[in-house]
Amino acid sequence: MIRSSNREDTIFNILLIIICVFIFFIIAYPLYFIVIASFSKPEYVAQGRVIFYPLGFNLEGYRRIFNDVRIWIGYRNTILYSVLGTAVNLIVTLPAAYVLSRKDFPLRNSLMKYFVFTMYFSGGLIPTYLVIRRLGLIDTIWVFIIPFCLNVYNLIITRTFMETNLPTELFESASLDGCSNFKFFVIIALPLSKAVISVIALYYFVAHWNNFFTGLIYTTKQELVPLQLVLRQILIVNQVFLEGSGLGGVGGDFAQMLADIIKYGLIIVSTLPLLIIYPLVQKYFEQGVMIGALKG
Amino acid sequence: MVIHKNTMAISRRGASTAKWEKFVKYFKKNYDLFLMILPAILVILIFNYLPMYGIQLAFREFRPEKGLTGGEWVGLKYINKFFTSFQFKNLIVNTLSISLASILIGFPIPIVLAILFHQIKNEKLKKIMQTTVYIPHFISTVVMVGMLNVFLAPNTGIVGHFLRSIGLKPVNFMGMPEYFVLVYVLSDVWQHAGWNSIIYIAALSSIDTQLYDAAMIDGANKWQVIWYIEIPGIIPTIIILLVLSMGRILSVGFEKAFLMQNSLNLKASEVISTYVYKIGITSHQYSYSTAIGLFNTVVNFIFLTSMNYLAKKFTDTSLW
Repeated sequence: MIRSSNREDTIFNILLIIICVFIFFIIAYPLYFIVIASFSKPEYVAQGRVIFYPLGFNLEGYRRIFNDVRIWIGYRNTILYSVLGTAVNLIVTLPAAYVLSRKDFPLRNSLMKYFVFTMYFSGGLIPTYLVIRRLGLIDTIWVFIIPFCLNVYNLIITRTFMETNLPTELFESASLDGCSNFKFFVIIALPLSKAVISVIALYYFVAHWNNFFTGLIYTTKQELVPLQLVLRQILIVNQVFLEGSGLGGVGGDFAQMLADIIKYGLIIVSTLPLLIIYPLVQKYFEQGVMIGALKG
Repeated sequence: MVIHKNTMAISRRGASTAKWEKFVKYFKKNYDLFLMILPAILVILIFNYLPMYGIQLAFREFRPEKGLTGGEWVGLKYINKFFTSFQFKNLIVNTLSISLASILIGFPIPIVLAILFHQIKNEKLKKIMQTTVYIPHFISTVVMVGMLNVFLAPNTGIVGHFLRSIGLKPVNFMGMPEYFVLVYVLSDVWQHAGWNSIIYIAALSSIDTQLYDAAMIDGANKWQVIWYIEIPGIIPTIIILLVLSMGRILSVGFEKAFLMQNSLNLKASEVISTYVYKIGITSHQYSYSTAIGLFNTVVNFIFLTSMNYLAKKFTDTSLW
């Protein structure tokens, strides 16, 4: 009675393949184009002749990027904020998630409400700004690290993961052996939660790396500027050249073409670190995110 | 009657002291748990609840020396100022058209993607597809808007070249208000639809396999499996996410609108969040900006709770 395939299912499978190829092309081609354009001769890109592979191979864009001191400063700052910030995020999130995963913890439900409410209601931009200003965080590196170092969504994912993966009996037997809560958390709970820790560490790291808002609102100091603000200057405001040479006339045309090449290269240089980290964490997604996301 | 009431009260008080003693006992034994969660409580208190306390600034005059809470009460002065401002209608229209278009186009696509990917039986192909559609999610908003700028530049961008090659005139998409919503929403779909499908893929993979076996025995084809098993299986997830996205109806992401904004498209690109920024951070009208922000938050909150109520009433699925 079991039919392995029929005509409708064949049509279905062919359609499936066609749609998948289409989706793959739509997503991948713009990314691929950025790569080939960044290695091509500026004129060829501007004339639309670069389509399938780099034309007039050329590293001028990258040379300019590596000689631009703004990008170096932004890069350095963003690495600092991302690494330090993620560490602080984890130090705050993980113990809290563990406590909330403990079914015997008496304030469990009320604290959960306390945290979740902030997902749906907020003070808004200006009251938040005034609080952060009052705390003296403006124009310090701490404004990138301390405010909002707990993401409630990540807290819920982690709590749910720990709830499902740390059996209560495990704690009870450890407790009988005289193991304190903190010790149990460090020695047993954390190693068993590797999957979810990798996932939320990735979320936090990406959020820091791509953070534009904090830099825009809370810093004016040049030496604190994160990468995303530098990117905005170059990619969007079009201040590509440090010396600010004029973008007009015939020379200006060439300057703008070169500027576009620099932009393509910069998109790659600024996004590459995340694309390198992502595959390392990807294998944990199923385990980490899905459990947390579904039950959370 | 009175005596009865009193004994009730006493026994209740007795119960609550017993509860309190139990709590104290638990605290003494497990004080480290309280220490472990304390940093999280404080961070949320300072950076989330303290600003909520500062919302009163919307009804008060801002005085630099008074700080967060502001000076004398002015009642609804700033709320009214916003309602009667010439920008009001434009802001609401722009914000609503972006978020409604986002829900209309951006909400169903991740569901379709998830169902599609769930049908791929070749694990390797499935992995490639999933990884590919997740990648754009990691691109920052600044880079995304930068990409839009170079791709959509009418004379040098690939979109312009493509339009010319099929005999059309290149369009300056970033400089025309009438295209703003389209560019905003489609680029958002490109960037996040894949990522947003993860949750539906998780929901699909948790559907009871017995249902599939039963369908196979009944001779159902793939369309029927999708329609009668898979879609009903993910309906609760769909409803929850729909409620959540309705709760953000007036929250068009500040960053993207702000970064895509230029003098040519301002008519369509000025949304509530960018206006709050301009009034507050750029021109220092703190009370007014707080009032606009409060209006935004309250409307969102009302939408969220009423959608949640409807979902609960009609589908038995809800956030709380």
